[in-house]
Amino acid sequence: MEKLLEIRGLTTEFVTSEGAAKAVDGVGFDIGAGETVGLVGESGCGKSVTALSIMRLVQYPPGRITAGSVMMDGRDLMKLPEKQMRRVRGNDISIVFQEPLTSLNPVFTCGEQIRETIALHQKMGRRESRLKAVEMLRLVRIPDPEKRYDNYPHQMSGGMRQRVMIAMALSCQPRLLIADEPSTALDVSVQAQIIELLLDLKERMGMSVLLITHDLAVVAQMADRVVVMYAGAVVEEAPIDSLFSDPMHPYTEGLMASIPKLGERLERLPVIPGNVPDPLRLPSGCRFSDRCTKRIPKCLIEEPPLFSPAAGRLSRCWLREGIGR
Amino acid sequence: MAAFLLRRILQSLVLVWIVLTITFFLLHLAPGDPMARYEHPDISPETVMKMRGQLGLDRPVIEQYFIWAAGFARGDFGVSFRYNRPVGEILAETIPNTLRLTVASMALYVLFGLALGMMSAARRYSAFDRLNTIVALFVYSIPSFWLALMLIMLFSLKLGILPSSHMQSLDSASMSGIPLFLDRARHLVLPAFVLGVASAAGLARYMRGSMIDVLREDYIRTARAKGLPERSVLLKHAFRNAAIPVVTILGMSLPFLLGGAVIVEKIFSWPGMGGLMVEAIYTRDYPVVLAVNFVVAVMVILGNLLADTGYAVLDPRIMSKETGR
Ligand SMILES: Nc1ncnc2c1ncn2[C@@H]1O[C@H](COP(=O)(O)OP(=O)(O)OP(=O)(O)O)[C@@H](O)[C@H]1O
Ligand SMILES: [Mg+2]
Repeated sequence: MEKLLEIRGLTTEFVTSEGAAKAVDGVGFDIGAGETVGLVGESGCGKSVTALSIMRLVQYPPGRITAGSVMMDGRDLMKLPEKQMRRVRGNDISIVFQEPLTSLNPVFTCGEQIRETIALHQKMGRRESRLKAVEMLRLVRIPDPEKRYDNYPHQMSGGMRQRVMIAMALSCQPRLLIADEPSTALDVSVQAQIIELLLDLKERMGMSVLLITHDLAVVAQMADRVVVMYAGAVVEEAPIDSLFSDPMHPYTEGLMASIPKLGERLERLPVIPGNVPDPLRLPSGCRFSDRCTKRIPKCLIEEPPLFSPAAGRLSRCWLREGIGR
Repeated sequence: MAAFLLRRILQSLVLVWIVLTITFFLLHLAPGDPMARYEHPDISPETVMKMRGQLGLDRPVIEQYFIWAAGFARGDFGVSFRYNRPVGEILAETIPNTLRLTVASMALYVLFGLALGMMSAARRYSAFDRLNTIVALFVYSIPSFWLALMLIMLFSLKLGILPSSHMQSLDSASMSGIPLFLDRARHLVLPAFVLGVASAAGLARYMRGSMIDVLREDYIRTARAKGLPERSVLLKHAFRNAAIPVVTILGMSLPFLLGGAVIVEKIFSWPGMGGLMVEAIYTRDYPVVLAVNFVVAVMVILGNLLADTGYAVLDPRIMSKETGR
């Protein structure tokens, strides 16, 4: 598969009163053309910051990208002059945020906010870009798009607003869509609709998708490949099928144990005990060592590198040392 | 919207009436007598008594109130005790002068207040922001009459580049067109600066705070994610939202501006309502005091009405609440 994006060693820090917290710590993975990559991990493990870093939208202060590269079309996005980077945003790479309720500007109509993006990147006049925006509203299945064009965000439901965000993100036919937990903040009944819409649009438009979620069920439905993040670092990477049949990191196993299986009735789902550590207080050795059930002495001493125990697979776990390659 | 405006206007009329009634009785209850300046060895007490009778000042206060009120309701502001001319005529001469000064000051006030506040917020904690804060604090805390005197000393006496008083030069009768306009503009600079820019310091602080809050919002991140240049992010997406709470401050600041005009007009010998009001109070020229009071009350209410309207225009959420959508 042809590569669209190559992310290497991406590191983003937040300046805090106690020092620089590495929210993203040397993250690297590829996204193929037309591929859907799932980025999973618990809350606070750095998924959103990774997404923002790729688009260089981390605001300083307090955040700063301190290392790494994101190659696209032979250019490193991290080194692009701001003016050229602006041409990438919304045009080559666009993003749908986690917060559909607050991500639209309350004082402009939904249609105008889409139209603005189109006019910005596609050198279209007002009339033409308006027609295109209505078209986008129709594409994301908003009923009565001509009328809805003039609605303000507060006149729409959460699900509708997220559709508007998706319409905006896709309005310039980006090659990569970053969907940062596009359905998490919505009602359960609406969540499925949004995921289904994304699946359908992906089918039709053929762009690559970086799907961020902590819901492995959604990943199973959409992704070709999965990158698992923990405390700012990639801990496992695998094609979707082999990840579910044979997880190679104790953290991934823990995540999978917490998916409810069909027909199974549990009083409480098993969850991984403990919390994602604060980036300023990582345990010594492996960053997962304090919560790991399969810990060996070495885990407390030295941080494991990414091993490749099988073709197309990566695992940051000492138990996989020397296996495979 | 129309119903909303109508309701507000009716409320305002009642309010103006109450204000004027209170003023009327306060004036008559306060010590001092309009006839005091005729106490002179050459003027016999009988003559003064006769004048008192002619002006109706010998009647009970309640009766005087109804006579005045009846005239006022018909648009007859009465006759000035001091100038022996219809008050309406005097107002017609002075109101335009005061308006010229207040409109110019208001324009400077809004322009400087909003622009400086926005620039400070956009470059938060930069050298510019710090300097702005210090200067604002300085200007904010010095009394306007002192600032006026200092500016006169510098620009009129030392540098001799700006006139220190009056609305136009003595020989302006021979001017017309552009030279006349320039002459008047030169006379306007110092008083408008003292009145407008000095109070803009406060507005700039509000705008800065409001802007900083808005710049933290998710929709600003969305605007950047579209690829909009920072200028559009600030001037289009952030400004309109940040202006909403500031509009209320603008409405409330009109009374202060008019209050300040009284002092500034006095210092710069500006032939406006401010000077007229001060004189009228000294000489207990009741009809003039009441009429000026009326004009000021109307202007203040108009300012508030404009602010409310602006508020509703800027924030679509208000309008839909009003119309119940
Ligand atoms: N603006 C910020 N200032 C300081 N720290 C931040 C900021 N944004 C994120 N962080 C830190 O970065 C880390 C990763 O946050 P991130 O939002 O990427 O998590 P996430 O994986 O997206 O979680 P979620 O599933 O809750 O969205 C967290 O520890 C968070 O505290
Ligand atoms: Mg997130």
